Amino acid sequence: MPLNRLVGWINMKVESQLKRGINMGNSKDYKALAVKIRQHCIRMTNRGKSGHVGSMLSMADILTVLYGKILNVDPENPEWQERDRFILSKGHGGAAVYAALAEKGFFPTEWLDTYYMDNGKLSGHISHHIPGVEFSTGSLGHGLPVAVGMAVAARYAKSGYRIFCMMSDGDCNEGSTWEAIMFAAQHRLDNLTVIIDYNRIQALGHMEDVIEMEPFGKKLEDFGWAVKEIDGHNYDQIEESMRGLPLIKNKPSCILARTVKGKGVSSIENTVSCHYKYISDDKLDEALREVGKLQ
Amino acid sequence: MRGIFNKTLVDLARKDKRIFMVLADIGYGEIEPFAENFPERYYNVGVAEQNMTGIACGIAMEGNIAITYSIANFPTLRCLEQIRNDVCYHNANVKIVIIGGGVAYGPLGISHHSTEDIAIMRALPNMVVIAPSDLIEAEAAVTAMLEYNGPVYYRCGYKNEKNIHRGKIDFKIGKAIEITKGKDAAVIFTGTIGYNAKTAIDMLQTVGINCRLISMHTVKPIDADVIVKAAEETGYIITVEEHNLDGGLGSAVAEVLADTGNLNVKFKRIAFPNINISRIGSQEWLRGEYSMSAEAIAETIRNSLKGKGIR
Repeated sequence: MPLNRLVGWINMKVESQLKRGINMGNSKDYKALAVKIRQHCIRMTNRGKSGHVGSMLSMADILTVLYGKILNVDPENPEWQERDRFILSKGHGGAAVYAALAEKGFFPTEWLDTYYMDNGKLSGHISHHIPGVEFSTGSLGHGLPVAVGMAVAARYAKSGYRIFCMMSDGDCNEGSTWEAIMFAAQHRLDNLTVIIDYNRIQALGHMEDVIEMEPFGKKLEDFGWAVKEIDGHNYDQIEESMRGLPLIKNKPSCILARTVKGKGVSSIENTVSCHYKYISDDKLDEALREVGKLQ
Repeated sequence: MRGIFNKTLVDLARKDKRIFMVLADIGYGEIEPFAENFPERYYNVGVAEQNMTGIACGIAMEGNIAITYSIANFPTLRCLEQIRNDVCYHNANVKIVIIGGGVAYGPLGISHHSTEDIAIMRALPNMVVIAPSDLIEAEAAVTAMLEYNGPVYYRCGYKNEKNIHRGKIDFKIGKAIEITKGKDAAVIFTGTIGYNAKTAIDMLQTVGINCRLISMHTVKPIDADVIVKAAEETGYIITVEEHNLDGGLGSAVAEVLADTGNLNVKFKRIAFPNINISRIGSQEWLRGEYSMSAEAIAETIRNSLKGKGIR
């Protein structure tokens, strides 16, 4: 079978599985979804001449596993009461969530073409006006307190759904984040899981030159959290870390996912500038091809 | 007033299991009944107003009613972005309650004064702004606030406020209450400074000046009809608020007058003069120092009306 037909066949299989809400079986399925998310993000930011592509590529594999297997959500019924709640606190990476949601069947993939456009459906920072998006963010340090509130409410309602919050390095500079970290431990919110997209680059520099968090995992443990450090681009590790939640009973869980900013496009990987620059037309095909070859 | 607020809240929370209280380590001597009666719906987040507001928003997003509560500026300005982005943008059912509107905490200094809050809160889309004037309004406003689905800012007084109203009132969000029916001028007030406005009106009545007195307990959405009617029937509008001049009740009333073409009406705002009040003293003393004692309000109204040909 020619390669393009093979890819098409895999895509079709993944698509039908996702839309039926059936769990993904193996890393091949993950790969297909991750490729789509990355390619969508590259195209969306190129078309919008907009920033943050590095932040999107950084968390693409985590989103792949979350939406591929972990999150209990229903594209046919986005507001289903028992759904797992997912809050993207690093709202600037919203295009990657939009891409995952579109591929999962929450809305037509054509909507992705309107990202960042005049009168477009999809804004540069994630918006709850879009089916499947739990909460709008954009200013850092907002997601975790709200996720904590949802965890409090879920426990009060004796509901079984879980609350996930994806955060960035910059998010963890914010005082409000640490206020929420302390509260979640104090109240033993073990229905709450934070995933830190730990690419170690923030808006104006590398963490070691701005605000060094290391030993990050230990800090969080000292604050009363259960922490698991993983490779945020390894599907097995991502999936395994999220299978046995909470990591420790009566503690909130943190998955500290080591990632590479701009992952998959070698020319921008691990650069500060990929927080701002989109992949230009002349490099577009090469970037799309390159992310297609990952893992 | 904070006493009646907390008592009413506890009464309502007994019936409505959706009501949560999320505090930032403030409320000693007042919030204990809620904490003791509803421990599963009571959270003290510690001294962390941003987290308080975010958590309240998350709780409210799940179908509950969450009340944030603290002194003066703490639950508004410290966490303004959480109120704007989280609460207002998501139209979350969060009620922001401050204790000590205006200079109720006068001697504690400017950190504990709330003199820009109405301006800032009413600038936020989806936010309802309520400032009850006495205990009767305060109690009714708690019920109305909790029945309303969406963000509300509730500017509570502190303690020992005197009543302006007698007996039951018809309190509706967005509907002002006309207290007296005079035609020489209309005095529109919001919040607990209303008692001084009422006393001033009573003083003026003894010298034959009959003012209409209106409690604009809801500054947003403002009761435009009552303002327009007052303008048409009296030709003179005076606003009274324990707040800086910029952006508060006076501004809101002026906007209505301008927007409705009532440009010939005489208009006077009584408020703090847009300063940081560095002087300290009791609420009543500070009010007096800035021309908001009953006598000073009466004097200002009387002087204003001289131009209208009334004594």
